This record gives sequence, structure tokens and C-alpha cells, in this order.
Amino acid sequence: MARALAFAWPYAKFCIVGGLFGRTFADWCASVSSVDGESMSPTLDGHQAERMLVEKRCLYTYDFTRGDVVVLRSPRSHREVLVKRLIALPGDWIQVPENQEIRQIPQGHCWVEGDNAANSSDSRSYGPVPLGLMQGRVTHVVWPPQRIRRVDRNMPEGRIMSQ
Amino acid sequence: MSGFFRRLAGIPWRSIAGDAFSRALLVAQAYCAVHVVDQHLCSLAFVRGPSMLPAINLAGDVLAVDRVSARLGRVENGDVVLMISPEDPRKVVAKRVLGMEGDSVTYLVDPGNSDASKTVVVPQGHVWVQGDNIYASKDSRQFGAVPYGLITGKIFCRVSSVISFASLSF
Repeated sequence: MARALAFAWPYAKFCIVGGLFGRTFADWCASVSSVDGESMSPTLDGHQAERMLVEKRCLYTYDFTRGDVVVLRSPRSHREVLVKRLIALPGDWIQVPENQEIRQIPQGHCWVEGDNAANSSDSRSYGPVPLGLMQGRVTHVVWPPQRIRRVDRNMPEGRIMSQ
Repeated sequence: MSGFFRRLAGIPWRSIAGDAFSRALLVAQAYCAVHVVDQHLCSLAFVRGPSMLPAINLAGDVLAVDRVSARLGRVENGDVVLMISPEDPRKVVAKRVLGMEGDSVTYLVDPGNSDASKTVVVPQGHVWVQGDNIYASKDSRQFGAVPYGLITGKIFCRVSSVISFASLSF
């Protein structure tokens, strides 16, 4: 028994240390996540089993730019993680065509929308989301090989008036 | 001059580099272990301010934070939680949970000046948080119910009362 343990210990230790390094790297630098759903097509397509690179350095100072594709915890269900495009930052005025209204984003919040407007439940249904829910920013698609590319920021025209 | 270079070449650079690398690796492993435990298991937090009097001191208390139950969704009414402030994501605040999703919460709108109260139903995926000291607390009465995802940990123990830092001032 003790011999089996002594034999297995270096492998177990390697796995544990590898896990700690990996977890720390995923929390501080970047991680790879799979895409699910269609709310961000054509930018990100869940049906092709795409994997995206999510960078975490933006979370050090919550420094986001309008048009970034971000990963966030859903305000409706904390276990669910969504990927949307960040359209407006705190203090901006945004025009919501569905409700014919113009709203100002409160301090500490942002407005997120999916690129596939018809098939996305986003800030148009649940309003501005706190920036504290952000979990990272998508910079590249890394799988499958034919879909490897950078995910650029782009903004819908004429909907925002910044502070 | 050439004696200096000869001594330089005689130093065992390879084994020094090997030693330095293995020590650096040890430090890196220790840092990663501390980070993982602190972010995902259990942590200590120094909390101060008037909003949670009398539970938490004005001058500050060191509290033990349980990160596992918050992530598993095991936060209930009455728990004191650490959460990211909905008004500034760089700030972490401690408040008490008074309503889970679906609960109906009645609160005093302006406790110092009037008895008026309002009742509100907490939306799906949100919690209602209030400071214990309602006269000096900015909480859900001002910014509304907050999404559960902002909660980073549940406070289960006060550490600084075991080691008491008492300042004597006359």
C-alpha cells in the first residue's frame, strides 16, 4: 500500500501543481472557453464548436472599450456565463429602438447586446448590467483551425452618445 | 585583469542557475497555491466602515470569507456577504442579504426622517442586500436588487476578535 502510494505520488504532485498553475493562469491572464448558442452569430458561432480565447487583464482595472466582445455572468442566473458585445459604458446615453426610449447608463454599469439581434436576450430585456459581472474579454477564436481569427471590436452606428 | 576573468569562468554558473530556477519554481508554486485558496476556497478580508455596525467595527475587522458556498449558490437570508459594488466594480463591500429571488422585501425608504416604507419583489437571479446600520448604509435601498453573480464570498467568522488589536486613547 505504502509502496503504491510512493509510486503514484510524483504523478499526483505533478497533476496538482499543474492544476494550480493552470488555474492561476486562467484567473490572471487568459483562458479558453467554448461558445454556446447563437446570440453572437456571425461573429461567434456555437454550432461549429468554436473555442474562444478570453483574456482577463481587462479585469485588473475594469478597463473596457465600447465594442469589445465580453464574457459575463448572467444577471438572471449566476451559474450561466454569456458572451455579448459591450455597447455602452457608464454615463453614455443609449437609444433602445425596441422601446423607443433613450436611457443613460448608471455608474458602474454597462450595456451589452448580442450581434444576432433577433436571437439574443441581452440588455434590451434586462437593462444595464453591473461591470462587476464581467469575466473577461474575447480577443481571438482559436478552434476549429479554419476559423482561427481575431475578434475585432465594432460598434453599431448611431446608437450611443458618450459622456 | 586576466585573473579576474579566469575567476569569473571558474564560478559554477550552471549549478547556480539550476538552484535559482528551482527556488523560483518553489516560489511560483507557493504563490499559485495561495492564489487558488484565496480566490476559490477561503480568504481573509479587512472590512471597515459604518454601514454594518454593530456587527462589523467602524475601525475595521478581519473577517473569514467562505468562497465555496457563494459559488455553489448556498447564500441565504441573514448571511453577511462580500460583493462587488454595483456602483464601482473596483470596490468590494460587505452587506447582509435580506431577500433572495422571489422574496417580497419591505424596507424603510428614509429611516431618519419618516416612517414611509416600500415593498418590492426581488427579481430572478438577484438578491436584496442591506447594511445593518440603515442610517449610514448605501445598499439595495438606493441601487436596487443586485445580481447574485456579484457576490464573491460569504462571511462566516470574525478573526480579529480572537486576536484583539485594542488601541488605547485617552
